[in-house]
Amino acid sequence: MNLLWVVLLPLIGTLVPLLTERFGRNVCAFSVAILPAWSLILVLMHAGDIFEGQDIRQSIEWIPTMGLDLSFRLDGLALLFLLLILGIGLLVILYARYYLSAKDSMGRFYAYLILFMTAMVGIVISNNLIQLWMFWELTSISSFLLISFWSHKSEARKGARMALTVTGAGGLALLAGLLLIGSMVDSYDLDAVLANGDLIRAHAAYPVALILVLLGAFTKSAQFPFHFWLPHAMSAPTPVSAYLHSATMVKAGIFLMARFYPALAGTDLWFIIVSLTGLTTLLLGAYIALFKHDLKGLLAYSTISHLGLITLLLGLNSDLAAVAAVFHIINHATFKASLFMAAGIIDHESGSRDMRRLNGLWKYMPYTATLAIVAALSMAGVPLLNGFLSKEMFFAETLTQSMLGSLSWLIPLLATLGAAFSVAYSLRFIHDVFFNGEPIDLPKMPKEPPRYMKVPVEILVALCLLVGIFPAFVVGDLLDVASFAVLSHDVPVHNLAIWHGFNVPLLMSFLAMVGGVTIYYNRHHLFQFQSHFDEADAKHIFEGVVQSIVKFSQRFIDALENGSLQRYVFLLLISTLVMGAWPLLDLTQNVGSRTQIPIDAIAITGAILMILSAIATVIWHRRRFLALIFLSVVGLIVSLAFAQFSAPDLALTQLSVEIVTIILLLLALFFLPQTTQKESSHRRLSLDFLVSGLIGCVIGTICYAMLTSPLDTISDFFIANSKTGGGGTNVVNVILVDFRGFDTFGEIIVLGIAALGIFKLIANMRIYMPARDDKGRAWSNDPHPMMFEMVSQSLLPLALLVSAYIFLRGHNMPGGGFIAGLITSVAIIQQYIAHGVQWIKPRVTLDYQWVIASGILIATATGLGSWIFGKPFLSTWFDYFHLPWIGEFELASAMLFDLGVYLTVVGAVMLILANLGKLTTSERHDIKENG
Amino acid sequence: MEAIYAFCVGILTTCGLFLVLRGRTFTVVIGLTLLSYAVNLFLFASGRLKLDGAAVLGQSAEYSDPLPQALVLTAIVIGFAMTAFVVILAMRSRADQGNDHVDGQSSSLPTRSSASDKRNS
Repeated sequence: MNLLWVVLLPLIGTLVPLLTERFGRNVCAFSVAILPAWSLILVLMHAGDIFEGQDIRQSIEWIPTMGLDLSFRLDGLALLFLLLILGIGLLVILYARYYLSAKDSMGRFYAYLILFMTAMVGIVISNNLIQLWMFWELTSISSFLLISFWSHKSEARKGARMALTVTGAGGLALLAGLLLIGSMVDSYDLDAVLANGDLIRAHAAYPVALILVLLGAFTKSAQFPFHFWLPHAMSAPTPVSAYLHSATMVKAGIFLMARFYPALAGTDLWFIIVSLTGLTTLLLGAYIALFKHDLKGLLAYSTISHLGLITLLLGLNSDLAAVAAVFHIINHATFKASLFMAAGIIDHESGSRDMRRLNGLWKYMPYTATLAIVAALSMAGVPLLNGFLSKEMFFAETLTQSMLGSLSWLIPLLATLGAAFSVAYSLRFIHDVFFNGEPIDLPKMPKEPPRYMKVPVEILVALCLLVGIFPAFVVGDLLDVASFAVLSHDVPVHNLAIWHGFNVPLLMSFLAMVGGVTIYYNRHHLFQFQSHFDEADAKHIFEGVVQSIVKFSQRFIDALENGSLQRYVFLLLISTLVMGAWPLLDLTQNVGSRTQIPIDAIAITGAILMILSAIATVIWHRRRFLALIFLSVVGLIVSLAFAQFSAPDLALTQLSVEIVTIILLLLALFFLPQTTQKESSHRRLSLDFLVSGLIGCVIGTICYAMLTSPLDTISDFFIANSKTGGGGTNVVNVILVDFRGFDTFGEIIVLGIAALGIFKLIANMRIYMPARDDKGRAWSNDPHPMMFEMVSQSLLPLALLVSAYIFLRGHNMPGGGFIAGLITSVAIIQQYIAHGVQWIKPRVTLDYQWVIASGILIATATGLGSWIFGKPFLSTWFDYFHLPWIGEFELASAMLFDLGVYLTVVGAVMLILANLGKLTTSERHDIKENG
Repeated sequence: MEAIYAFCVGILTTCGLFLVLRGRTFTVVIGLTLLSYAVNLFLFASGRLKLDGAAVLGQSAEYSDPLPQALVLTAIVIGFAMTAFVVILAMRSRADQGNDHVDGQSSSLPTRSSASDKRNS
């Protein structure tokens, strides 16, 4: 079976609602359900293997050198969660169809929901730590989108932001923890991690890793002190609360603890942190839940409390407790999801969730009331319902632990107290809403909901009953395989039965019942007592912290960022200087052992000319035209230097680029001021000069040290294989089109993108066209001198011939696509300058965008062509042929690639220069993006 | 020879950076061009200097290092594209803002608030 499809199907399903929304609500909901249902069927088809003890694994290599694989596993625990996620997910889809009003965008809602479902499925079947974490973060993001679905409500936005901040921060801690664990076992493979539990627990960094992972789990599962986000997330639509905040997302933290149970659990540290956090959360949640007047608020705190219970069980370091934890995951998901759905129905049909106004609904919606009461009784832990069974197991486990030494007796006592409060708030849910007088001032007349809105609740409540009455038959096997996956050894004997005889856990249950009824009966005293305390609203604290962080960052940014590019560049250069000069202080000698080349007169002359021109560029930089002339002298000497030092290809490239650059800058100068006024202060000038001078010294020193040190190069390989492997004798060109062809491929794409970006910038530019130069002289009225026109026209074929020659010989002699492309461009530009745009326009009807596109396409096709022969992208081929009259010649696929380079270069240069040139003429307004 | 070469690279770097630190777009572009000469020469120097050793097989006894040459060759072409983009951006900035200061403001109103007002409007 293909486990990848289990994730992939819901992922594809994310798009379905967006496409089917227009066909109406029923079609949309139905089509949305298809792919997750298919995924569920895939899982069920292989449930048999899991029950026989055969885990399924699948792995697709991604970046094997970094230990990153797309890796999946389906074991008992994953199976259990998949059933919850996909099963309850399908019920929620049905429920949401009736819950959402016509105003809500159904497509958007379902898309977010299915995206979330994908993320959850991804978490539970990941077999790679990094992959697991990625899906983990995806749940945070998709739940943010879901909570803020009603984004016009302020509390929805705030709640979503809070949930994202808390769970996202936890996610970062989790990433750190997972990386730490990965480095301990030297693998990100989950199998390897789980098999090396002893190694991890003995590692010095174990406490750090444990705390980081637990931070991730506790934030996600709303454990104290991170529980505050969950009640605020209740501003989400109720289907979201039913799905995310009872059955799935908040269980992700629990899943994480269960998943890493074999690797991390079993130590005292684990016990102290996990069980105490769980116990605190259990008590706190149960206590606060009683005082919530909001129906969903009560359920939210009850969820927090039950999550605490599961956490406590996992923290007890006992096998049976882990089994109980897994059992309670199932039970809590069923009764809490149905309760949320019932709360949603009540809200939907009566218009209120306030229990002070909702009373006596039994008369108006008896059927819904019955369902809700059964589910609430399960939450309270009443016999014959599933909540009772796991609560009994929980009580039994609190009795057997002895980790707190002589204070261990406190734990069962506190557990009973928590259970009593749980009974009390369950009673409140039942009594306050469905009985206790008449409804007060409700916006709507309460009535039963549409038939199919009740179906998901019915199914879940039926499950509560079935599990409660026939536990071993309904969930026995599933519980066994899931517990086996958690413990990674044989599951201890446990007896899933309703009746275990008269024992202490039963007594604790009884006490909890009695206590709960007593608390509820005396609730008015408790409410009075509670009203003496100011409710510390987490929202205000959270917002305060966020505000102060924002304020601090704002101050920091204001101090650093004042909007001046000059300042940024200056700061950047200072830090460059510090970082670049620092290591040089340790370098005692900067002359290496390499024999130096003796100085000759020509080189000296060239160097002096270059230095003087560079300095002249700086001195006269305010007279821009003059500066440009000096700049071109520098460029020419740079290309001569390349020629001198055995780099003919570079010399040719530099020379032709120099020409197009100067033409470009001249064109630009036409539109920009011809001079710069003095505006820098002397202090600024000397500071700038100091910094740039120091950096120049550092660079010069490094350059000198590098030049004089012996050369240790990898290029011998290229030289040795250039002819035999690449079929060319010009090694530089063979590197470009063959050995490092992929780099070149990337570079021509960058070139194309730059050219298109420039085209776009030019297309909408409305720039002032000066009629006179800076001295007030009008531009010549004879812009295209006759002699120039004639000469350049006759030069064109010659120049194109040279460019073709340079192109063809490129593989074996200096030349190639880059240089030939530049030469062609220069030849065409010369025609533009000599004749003007009007003359060129009817003669060259080529669109330069298409030239770029065809160049890149040819290069890509050449690369892809090697796939036909089963070789990697851009493998080259060459052979020698003999033709009569012409003689021996070579054909190489690299030449086709070089043709792509050539076309891209020509297209890019022409697109830039021709369009910029057009701005100077009356054609300027014809530059359209589609033209 | 190496000393002269290194000295030239240092001078080009200094001149380029000094111009990059100026306040007008065209000057900055000229500075960037100078700086890219320096960078290309510096990168080229990582293959060391060699006379009469073009990396064409069969043409000389010892070859210069072809790898930095190939890298610098593409760097030159990409450098042109970069210069072109920046200079067009400078023109665009002048067309839209009415001046050619790198901060998008003329020197007579050097306050930050005026710049941000402009952005917001």
